[in-house]
This record gives sequence, C-alpha cells and structure tokens, in this order.
Amino acid sequence: MLNERFYRSIYRIRRVEEEIARIYPTDKIKSPVHLSIGQEFVSVGVCEALNPQDVVFGTYRGHAMYLAKGGDLKKMIAELYGKATGCAAGVGGSMHLICREKGVMGTSAIVGTTIPVSVGYALGRKYMKSDVVTVSFFGDGAVDEGAFHESMNFAALKKLPVIFVCENNSYAIHSHHLSRHDSDNICERVRSYGITAARIEDGDIFAVHEFIKSKIGEIRGREGGPVFLECLTCRWKEHVGPNEDFDLGYRNREEVDCWMQRDPLRTLKSSLASGVRMAIESEIEAEIADAFRFAEESPFPDPKEAYRHLFKD
Amino acid sequence: MERILAYPEAIREALEQEMEKDPAVFIMGLGVDDPKRILGTTAGLLEKFGPARVFDTPLAEDGMTGVAVGAALAGLRPVHVHIRMDFVLLAMNQIVNMAAKSCHMYAGALSVPIVIRSIIGKSWGQGAQHSQSIYPLLMNIPGLKITAPSTPYDAKGCLIQSIRDDNPVIFIEHRMLYYQKGHVPADPYTVPFGKARLLSRGSDITLVGISQMAVECLRAQRCLLDAGIHAEVIDPVSLSPLDLDTIRSSAMKTGHLIVVDNAWMSCGAGAEIIARLVEDGCHRNLKVRRMGFAAVPCPTSPPLEREFYPDAGKIAVAAFEMLNPKRKWEPESTLPPEEVAFKGPF
Repeated sequence: MLNERFYRSIYRIRRVEEEIARIYPTDKIKSPVHLSIGQEFVSVGVCEALNPQDVVFGTYRGHAMYLAKGGDLKKMIAELYGKATGCAAGVGGSMHLICREKGVMGTSAIVGTTIPVSVGYALGRKYMKSDVVTVSFFGDGAVDEGAFHESMNFAALKKLPVIFVCENNSYAIHSHHLSRHDSDNICERVRSYGITAARIEDGDIFAVHEFIKSKIGEIRGREGGPVFLECLTCRWKEHVGPNEDFDLGYRNREEVDCWMQRDPLRTLKSSLASGVRMAIESEIEAEIADAFRFAEESPFPDPKEAYRHLFKD
Repeated sequence: MERILAYPEAIREALEQEMEKDPAVFIMGLGVDDPKRILGTTAGLLEKFGPARVFDTPLAEDGMTGVAVGAALAGLRPVHVHIRMDFVLLAMNQIVNMAAKSCHMYAGALSVPIVIRSIIGKSWGQGAQHSQSIYPLLMNIPGLKITAPSTPYDAKGCLIQSIRDDNPVIFIEHRMLYYQKGHVPADPYTVPFGKARLLSRGSDITLVGISQMAVECLRAQRCLLDAGIHAEVIDPVSLSPLDLDTIRSSAMKTGHLIVVDNAWMSCGAGAEIIARLVEDGCHRNLKVRRMGFAAVPCPTSPPLEREFYPDAGKIAVAAFEMLNPKRKWEPESTLPPEEVAFKGPF
C-alpha cells in the first residue's frame, strides 16, 4: 500500500530529525545539520519508485534522501555523533553520508558538485549496459552554479539515464531565488537543453512518485534520456541547525505555515487505520531510540584513524 | 636493442596498451578525437576503440571533471585530457573537493581512479595564460598523486602506472618535452610513484629539475664540466608522493643543492623539498637554492620570456657561484634545440 509506505518513510525521517533537533543543544552532535523537515516528501516520493540497486547522489541536506533510499539509521546517527561506527567512520559527519550497499553514493557540502558526478555515474552505467538508474538530488541554489548547466548540457548530449530532482525551497541559505534569478523558470531553462522537465507545485507526494514511475521504465531500458523534476517545497527549520529562523526576517511565518498546513504526513496519517498507523509509529520509535543508544554507546575513533583512507591501496 | 620513441609517441603507446588491456579505460577531453589528436598523443585511438571510449567534450572543465569522477565511481578508468594546464584551474572544484577527498571523506567506501593529463606550454609567446604550471597548488592538496615525467621512458611507465592506480592522478606533460626522444620498451611497464630518477652522477653539487627543468639541469651539468664541476642531476618524476631519500642522499654527498622548478617558487616544490631536508637535519652545512619562474606572470616577447624562465646557462652559473662564491664564470650559451625547432602556434 502506497499510503502506508509513504507514511512509514516520512514519519521515520521526520521523527529522526526531530530527535536530532532535540539532542542538538546537548552538543553531542558536533556536526552542522541541515534538516530536511518539510521537504521529506520529495525524497520519499522519488526513492519509493526506485529499485534497491538504483543509485542516488545528494547534498548536505541529505538525511531524508539517505533514509528514504534505505541508508542505515544506526550508522547515520553514529556518524553525526562522530563515532567510529558511523557510515563514514566519523570522518564525514552529517554532510557526507554514504551507504553504498543501499545505493547512497555520498552527499556533498559544496553546492552543485554531485550533479556532474551523478551524470558521470550514469555515463559509466550506460557504457556498461547496466540498467541501474542514477538520481541526482539538489536544491534551487545549485541551479545557479555553472556545473548545473554543464551537467544538463552533457546529460542531454549523451542521452544519459539520469533523473534530476530539484528540491526548490525558494532559498539558497537566506537568498530568495528571485533575488538570484530573473524569472521563476527553472524547467524552461532545463527544457532548452533538450531535457524533459516537469514541475510539481503543491507538495503532492503521489504526483512525485507517479512522475518518476512514468519515466523510469524507458530510462532503465536506456531508451530515454535524462529527465528533470522540480518540486516546490519548504524548509521548516533554519538553513543549518535545529531551530526556526523567523526572527531573521528574511521570510515570514505565513510562507511556512501554508506548507505546514498541507504537510503530507498529516494527510497520510488520516488515510491509515489507527491500528496500522500506531504499529508503524511504535516500531519506528523503537528503532530511533535504538539508533541513538547505539550512537551514544559507540566508541570514538582512534585519533590515528585520521590518516586512514587518504588513498585506496 | 634500443627502441627510440619521442615523448608523445610514448604517451600514445601507453594509452593504446592500457585501453587494449582494460575495457574500463577511456579518454575524454576537448579535442581528443579532433584532426590534431592532442599533438598526436591520441592518434588512431578513436579508430581502434570507437567513440564510446574516445570522445570530445563541451568546454566545461569543472562539469567534465565531475563526469570523470562519476564514471570512475561507476567502475570506469577515465583519462581526462587538457591540452593546456591553465584550463585545469577551471576544474579545481571537482579535483580538490571531490576527486581528492572522496576516498577519505567516506572512509574508504569510494575511490576515484581518474587520470588528469595536462600539458604545460612554453615559448613562442604562449604568455600569461598558456604557460602555467599549477602543480604547486595541487601539491598542497592531500589525496592527489602528481607526476611530471621528463623522459619518454618515464612518460610511458608513469602513465600506465597512473591509469592502473585506484586514486586520482595528475599527470603533467610539458610542450617542450615533446621533442625528447629516448629508449621506450615495446611491452607495457610501470614506473612507480615516489621514486626519483638519477639522471646523471656527480659529486660536487646536486641539481634537482622538475618536469622540463630536468632537461635544463642535464644541459647545465654538461656545461659545468667545462668548469671542472661534476653535478648530480635528479628528476623527482613524482611530486606527490616525493622521494626525499634519493635527493637527501645526493645532497648529503655533495653538500650543495639547487632545486630548479618549472613553476613559481613561492610555496612550491623547491620550498617543500628544501624545507623537508632541513627539518630532517640532512646536512649541517648544506647550501641550498631554489630557482624557478620569475615572480610575475609569463610575458610573451622573446627577451622578456628568456628573463622569465630558468635555463641551462642560468642554472650552470648558479651552480658555479654556489661552489665558488667569489668567482665569476660565463658558460657558453646556446638556444635549446627544441626552442629552435618550435615554430608554434602550440
């Protein structure tokens, strides 16, 4: 049942991040966290349409993508705690999550850098005649970068099996996209490269999922070229950190309120029988408690581990 | 029997043999399949291996480097070619932030086996933006291997080594080295990273020459024989990692060291080599000197260009004066044959 799957995944991500925000003031997590709260539906809608062997590349606001694709929760929390048991052994932190066995190929803190990398990955897969689909997640800020346009051009030129997912939350840190772009026309610009592009404005997770489902067959069969999906969304919390940021004055509460009112978590919740819902919630609460306990109890890395893995031997 | 190849032929042969051996190896870059084939170094490869393995790219150095990184993550072994090293500056984000960091930042979960080939320009008015050697910037970055072979033998062996390495490698060529000829075995072979090459034995002074400056140092060494000075010439070949041991034992023997770089000196390879030797307490009375580009952008007019670059004559004079602080000496000066031969445009 799609409702149930969506609810489970969004609830899990939401609750994990709420727990991160709750713990954050204790300073146990010494890593800049860019919370996805409010934006989870994009990652969930997309990743629920993928196969386990499909691959995703993402950004520093990557908790939702990592979890939606099946990334290990315990290892993620341990990574935030800087523990040896983390998904990057305490080297990467919140902005550099990885879970290769689930197809999470790494998140990057430099805006736009994983876009050409995902295009290259798709090139490699096409060359190997593999049916793995590559998905590239990024925000509207990345659209400003040269690498974004270089990537669109090359992906279209080589007709690569890659899906671009732009999470447009309107802000690059605190700069509104209309202070950075002449027009609200990202899809139009992408189409000019020869790429099919669609925009979902109302936060409808079913529409996100349906769009990916409708395109993925031909991409997997290497018949279709790249596809671009822009999802309007809203970041409920501050750019980085666990708090709200209405005091800064760069956006007003109403902007966020209107997105909170259409929170897919709420509509999904009401669509489920209470028994089903409560079973999901209690299972996830137990998993989260377990993950934080695991992180707390895990050892810090040996200081000499700082020198490891500079090169592959 | 000696099998003599020119430097670009050695590079071409390395590419062809590695592409034959491993279907994961491919070549991308502006002009790799054009009529000039990167000064002949990719000649015949498109015809032999097809357009999926030898392809042109848009002028998008940053994006295309990201593409190479991604292809490497997918299991391929890209060789990304820049006909002029100056354009590598446009790829610094992907080189420094992604290629160099991925293995460490993800605790070994990823590795990035890419080779970035680039050619340093010189002579005939290449000027400020077509002559730069930016490897000192890259030597500052952990996670990159950097090699700048000066002989055809090392060019082939280092390139094969670079392609087989599981990490990002910056492979540096020099336009004037394309005139070098030398023995190159027909079979594939590797030249390991982190091993300097002793080009000439001597006991009076150690000359370390990087990239094309290894050739100038050898010329200076022959010049110095006229003054009765026997210089030892070392080519580090690999800049990251650096083989300090070979340089150290030579400097211990001669007590005099000049490092001639093919780049600006500030925070450069010469500074690094000398600092590490001094830190090690190499030789109590070791006399050292760095030579390199004048600390200005490269000019184009011939007399200005001659002022800008170190050459065999300047190196020989510096060596003579280090050994004979109170005496003056003027070596015979001749224009290097490749600079006579080179008529541009590139």
